[in-house]
Amino acid sequence: MTKKQKKNLIRIIISSVLMIVLMFLPVTGWLRFALFMVPYLIIGYDILIKAGKGIINLQPFDECFLMALATAGALVIAVTGDGDYLEAIAVMLFYQIGEWFQSYAVGKSRRNISELMDIRPDYANVELNGNIEQVDPDEVETGTIIIVKPGEKIPIDGIVVEGRSTLNTSALTGESIPRDAAPGDEVISGCVNISGLLRIRTTKEFEESTASKILDLVENASSRKSRSEAFITRFARIYTPAVVFSALMVAILPPVFSMLFISSPANWSMWIYRALTFLVISCPCALVISVPLSFFAGIGGASRNGILVKGSNYLEQLSRTKIVVFDKTGTLTKGVFEVTQVCPEGIEKKELLRLTAAAEHYSTHPIAHSLRKAVGNDMYIEAPDSVDEIIGCGIIAKIGEDMVAAGNSRLMDKCGIEYKSNESAGTVIYTAKNNKYLGSIVISDAIRPTSSDAIAELKKSGIRKTVMLTGDSLSAAKQISQKLGIDEMYSELLPGDKVEEVERLLSEKRKGEILAFAGDGINDAPVLSRADIGIAMGAMGSDAAIEASDIVLMDDDPIKISKAIAISRKCVRIVNENIWFSIGIKVICLVLGALGLANMWAAIFADVGVMVLAVLNSVRALIVKQPKKAK
Amino acid sequence: MKKIYKIEVDCANCAAKMEDAAKKIDGVKDAVVNFMTLKMKVEFEDGADTETVMDNVFKACRKIEPDCEIYYK
Repeated sequence: MTKKQKKNLIRIIISSVLMIVLMFLPVTGWLRFALFMVPYLIIGYDILIKAGKGIINLQPFDECFLMALATAGALVIAVTGDGDYLEAIAVMLFYQIGEWFQSYAVGKSRRNISELMDIRPDYANVELNGNIEQVDPDEVETGTIIIVKPGEKIPIDGIVVEGRSTLNTSALTGESIPRDAAPGDEVISGCVNISGLLRIRTTKEFEESTASKILDLVENASSRKSRSEAFITRFARIYTPAVVFSALMVAILPPVFSMLFISSPANWSMWIYRALTFLVISCPCALVISVPLSFFAGIGGASRNGILVKGSNYLEQLSRTKIVVFDKTGTLTKGVFEVTQVCPEGIEKKELLRLTAAAEHYSTHPIAHSLRKAVGNDMYIEAPDSVDEIIGCGIIAKIGEDMVAAGNSRLMDKCGIEYKSNESAGTVIYTAKNNKYLGSIVISDAIRPTSSDAIAELKKSGIRKTVMLTGDSLSAAKQISQKLGIDEMYSELLPGDKVEEVERLLSEKRKGEILAFAGDGINDAPVLSRADIGIAMGAMGSDAAIEASDIVLMDDDPIKISKAIAISRKCVRIVNENIWFSIGIKVICLVLGALGLANMWAAIFADVGVMVLAVLNSVRALIVKQPKKAK
Repeated sequence: MKKIYKIEVDCANCAAKMEDAAKKIDGVKDAVVNFMTLKMKVEFEDGADTETVMDNVFKACRKIEPDCEIYYK
């Protein structure tokens, strides 16, 4: 609680106690009025002062003025009529309770959300003359060696020069899988160093580092206003004057009408009272506070899950997404080549891999690398004595006494070796020893383990069409899209073709539908910005992706796309609930007030109660359901 | 030039009013008030003296919202 909140809470308590005590005091006349003025002034003095200032500054239509006018009017009616001062005090009291609650709830969720985004490093350790000193990360120049102790946050992006450790990236990605860091590894700010001391040479300034960029992005997100927010701002602008005007009508028209035409008594006090009731309802607080709060909470909840949304407008659009277009390489697949199939002929699988890896021992080709990776560390790969590389075909290596041939089908043909053709998509390597065929190995871009779940989740959540775009061959694209259950796929596309393809899909979509494109952000930048919504995957540390896209997934898990859509839908649903609920209740109360069925008590409940409920409802947007972990 | 200031304000409506008021001040190219993060981002026109501009922004904001605070000094 802030000082101001504490002070206001004390005012609320004192005046409510006083009010209850005074209700039972048997005093009458002016003494009664004077006594009741004490709690009224305690609870309402700041409102009255603000209202006065508002008039002086020619800003009359603010809520303070309305509250002051309504309660003062109620007091005048009480003095001249029934002597019920309670109403004026109660209205002021409830109004203050509402304000207090609002400031408390907003402050609380503000803190909650900033705690979620607690990746801002406070200091950096720099070695100066043999001593480790803490300095402001702003002052660290690029190329400085900083020291990160276990338990500390990495303040600035850089490269490890000394030390080994594991890093916790959960603040950035929402996943608690630790990452290893060893000399030569690039590390990004915002990660927490878990185990060992690290010396890091910074490669960026603090301002340009990942943690600063992310914070900047999230904090500025709410300045891109959604349609609902724009609507509310416009609505609030006309709503208050409109209600004040109708209050004036209610106060004047019916009495004048009854005097002139029915020649019955005007009953001014009754109609003025009803008009004052109008004024109490006229504050649009519930809407004005709850809509941006919902979006802020939604964006906060998403960022905790490693989904950065660049603005409320994107969150709103995402909720209407019906078509999701994927880039294949790096998005649905890992973008790294891996051994995906081993078909040995009369030999152990491992032995085939080992022999092929040995033949490719000196090769720097990515294929050789993935072969070595597939063999693993537990088997010895001997170096060949001599290697004969046949360009465009493969390698013939002499290993000990054996001649090992490893390469494509052309190599087998060339050497006159009989082989079993393998039609799988990807790169196929045939291996033979001393002209005897041993089997084939398929190396291809591996599908991410969560890709097929991701597509299934999207379908389940009502996405009408999923499309895959790739520069890869038709057979590879076909195999993957069938495996994942993607509706449409377009293969052998150049980067420029992808933009054209997305434009065609955009022109074909139905009205009101949103097309989202998910890509890895590095070479898909034009497509990302062309689609209604660009989702960049695996953006940790990639500036280009953060720039070009509207939504950034910090890790490269495609299942986060459906999660992001779920978050956006929940958030938008809450916003709509709040809009309809607040406007609905207010309209009902206005009508009831005009008919004399609702008094000022009901009006203040309608105002404050609706606001409290709307604020509580907004905070729900922060909570993100954690779905079952994908296998 | 852009600068970000910490502010204090009680309600979202008032924050929106502050934004409008700040935009109208001479030397301010654009202003955005973020109620949720309690920050005011001011983009100054070239050659504007930030200190005097902010004095005027603050005065204008105080006028519409007597409670508000901008930490710019």
